[in-house]
Amino acid sequence: MMLTMPSQSERQPFRTAVLILVWSWLLLLVLLPNLLVIGASFMSRDPSDFLSMPLTLDNYLRLVDPLYLQVFLHSLYMAVITTALCLLIGYPFAWALARVDKRWQTLLMFLLIVPFWTNSLVRTYAIKLLLASNGLINSALQSLGITDAPITMLYTEGAVIVGLVYLLLPFMILPLYAVFEDLRRELLLASHDLGAGRAATFFHVVLPLTMPGVIAGVLLVLLPAMGMFYVADVLGGAKNLLVGNVIKNQFLDARDWPFGAAASVLLTLAMAVLLLAHRLSRRRLGEEGET
Amino acid sequence: MSQTLLSVRGISKHYAGKAVLRSLDLDILDGEFLTLLGPSGCGKTTLLRLLAGFERADSGSLTLAGQDLSPVPPERRPLNTVFQQYALFPHMTVFGNVAYGLKMEKRPKDEIHQRVTDVLGMVQLDQLADRKPHQLSGGQQQRVAIARAVVKRPRLLLLDEPLSALDYKLRRQMQLELKRLQRELGITFVFVTHDQEEALSMSDRVAVMRDGVLQQLGTPREIYERPENLFTARFVGETNLFPARVMAVNGERIDVDIRGLPCDLRKREFPVVVGQQVNVLLRPEDIRVLAADADHGFAGTVIERNYKGSTLDSLIRLDDGNLVLASEFFDEDDPAFDYRLGEPVKVSWVDGWEWMLPMDDADDAVAV
Repeated sequence: MMLTMPSQSERQPFRTAVLILVWSWLLLLVLLPNLLVIGASFMSRDPSDFLSMPLTLDNYLRLVDPLYLQVFLHSLYMAVITTALCLLIGYPFAWALARVDKRWQTLLMFLLIVPFWTNSLVRTYAIKLLLASNGLINSALQSLGITDAPITMLYTEGAVIVGLVYLLLPFMILPLYAVFEDLRRELLLASHDLGAGRAATFFHVVLPLTMPGVIAGVLLVLLPAMGMFYVADVLGGAKNLLVGNVIKNQFLDARDWPFGAAASVLLTLAMAVLLLAHRLSRRRLGEEGET
Repeated sequence: MSQTLLSVRGISKHYAGKAVLRSLDLDILDGEFLTLLGPSGCGKTTLLRLLAGFERADSGSLTLAGQDLSPVPPERRPLNTVFQQYALFPHMTVFGNVAYGLKMEKRPKDEIHQRVTDVLGMVQLDQLADRKPHQLSGGQQQRVAIARAVVKRPRLLLLDEPLSALDYKLRRQMQLELKRLQRELGITFVFVTHDQEEALSMSDRVAVMRDGVLQQLGTPREIYERPENLFTARFVGETNLFPARVMAVNGERIDVDIRGLPCDLRKREFPVVVGQQVNVLLRPEDIRVLAADADHGFAGTVIERNYKGSTLDSLIRLDDGNLVLASEFFDEDDPAFDYRLGEPVKVSWVDGWEWMLPMDDADDAVAV
């Protein structure tokens, strides 16, 4: 946070009011709840009051229990695949988006934003309708005579990944679009001019300069992909749990708040590591990369 | 005389149906400093981009030392570009930027280090090799851009208005430095600018362009003193224009009538006949402002005086309403030199210092 109180703040009542509002918002609704979660993760479970003393590290030790470790690794695996797919689709998409005619750009951006007008849970159910055994895709395939029996698509790892990619792709494209917009065409020309072919230009100029966008996109996709429990609930069946499902189950079903809190602290830590990487990559580009 | 290094033949280029270059011919000589001069939209930058290979011509040919350049992509053309906004790679150091071209040639590490160090020394940036471009001033970034292009030892260096982002003083300094670099390296420079002063002071030859057509190609002196058409005359420096009618032709001299005043002038190279309309052109520094009681010249009134340090520029409205700009060097011994505003004067010039062009229909002579 770069917000600092100016010394002459008393002379600017509006500015002071806005700063107080923003800071109270962040302190009350972001910092405080996070501190509560961290605090809860070190406490013991209590069947009636949810939390109780004594303080303990047991909750973190339980995270490495093979049962949970397996869920965590499988969730990470699905999230990595999701992120890779989003990157694979989103990178060329964002590049093209930044290059097309301004008129088309507005339309494409609009199409990219439109899905946000519908709740993501509703959209997840829409995917379920497409993938179900008696769903749209299977009926189409059968009535066209391409398949005889329905293909099992729903309640598979693939279904969860399809759902996650569908929901998270815009979050990959938007930061990438921003860096491609900043990427000056002259830099590519300069690279060609100095003797670099297409591949060399991509690896030495385009990729390093769009890296902040890649990392920002990965940040916005990888962690939500581990947390979007309702996608796994609706599309994944019992075998394809996300870390988000574990956290939700601990809080709502198992009523083990400390353990759920510990799992969510783990996710927050992973986020912090990625944020740090993002900062470093931007600093490498210097102030010019910041604007 | 120098050999032709790059020969441009019949190059045309259209954007969205609009002609930017119209069947342009140009020979660039080996080792020269050639400037493409013209107003924005005249096609000078497009020509440069065609040479660099960033654009493809609709028709015509480019031949570099006997080799057809058309099928050669930019990365394999033996010429390099200094971009208007420098286009330095922001994620690389100064050294990295300059070394980039040599790395692409897969030169050995020692050689790259040696050559980059040498060229950075040449542009006085050896102390800043580890800086990133954003840590440099505009002038320093400019030097990096030049170093990055010349380190590859191109046959031809293309410079696209490289000094336009610098302030006046720095620009003057970089002009001198570019000239020095060009002499030391012996590389052919093709320099694009819309600044006629810059073009005159730096170039061996200037190519004046307008609407995709070459107007005149010549030394700065030819361009300035013997313009081949009104456009060149007006674009390069200030020009006073006197429409005139030929009254008589007597061998090497002709009698013309300028605004009712008969003048006896030297005949120029183009053929003239009695009754023909011509334009008599005079640079402001060729104009002499005389006292009102002088026995020759056009009568007028001083309406503006601009003190320019080394010269005094006066704007004089002639009695027929036309304006004449005079730029005179100070003459301490001439008490009559300083005119008051509103003072009646006469305007004349030294015989033979005028320049003459035939008036053709294309000349929008009236719209001075």
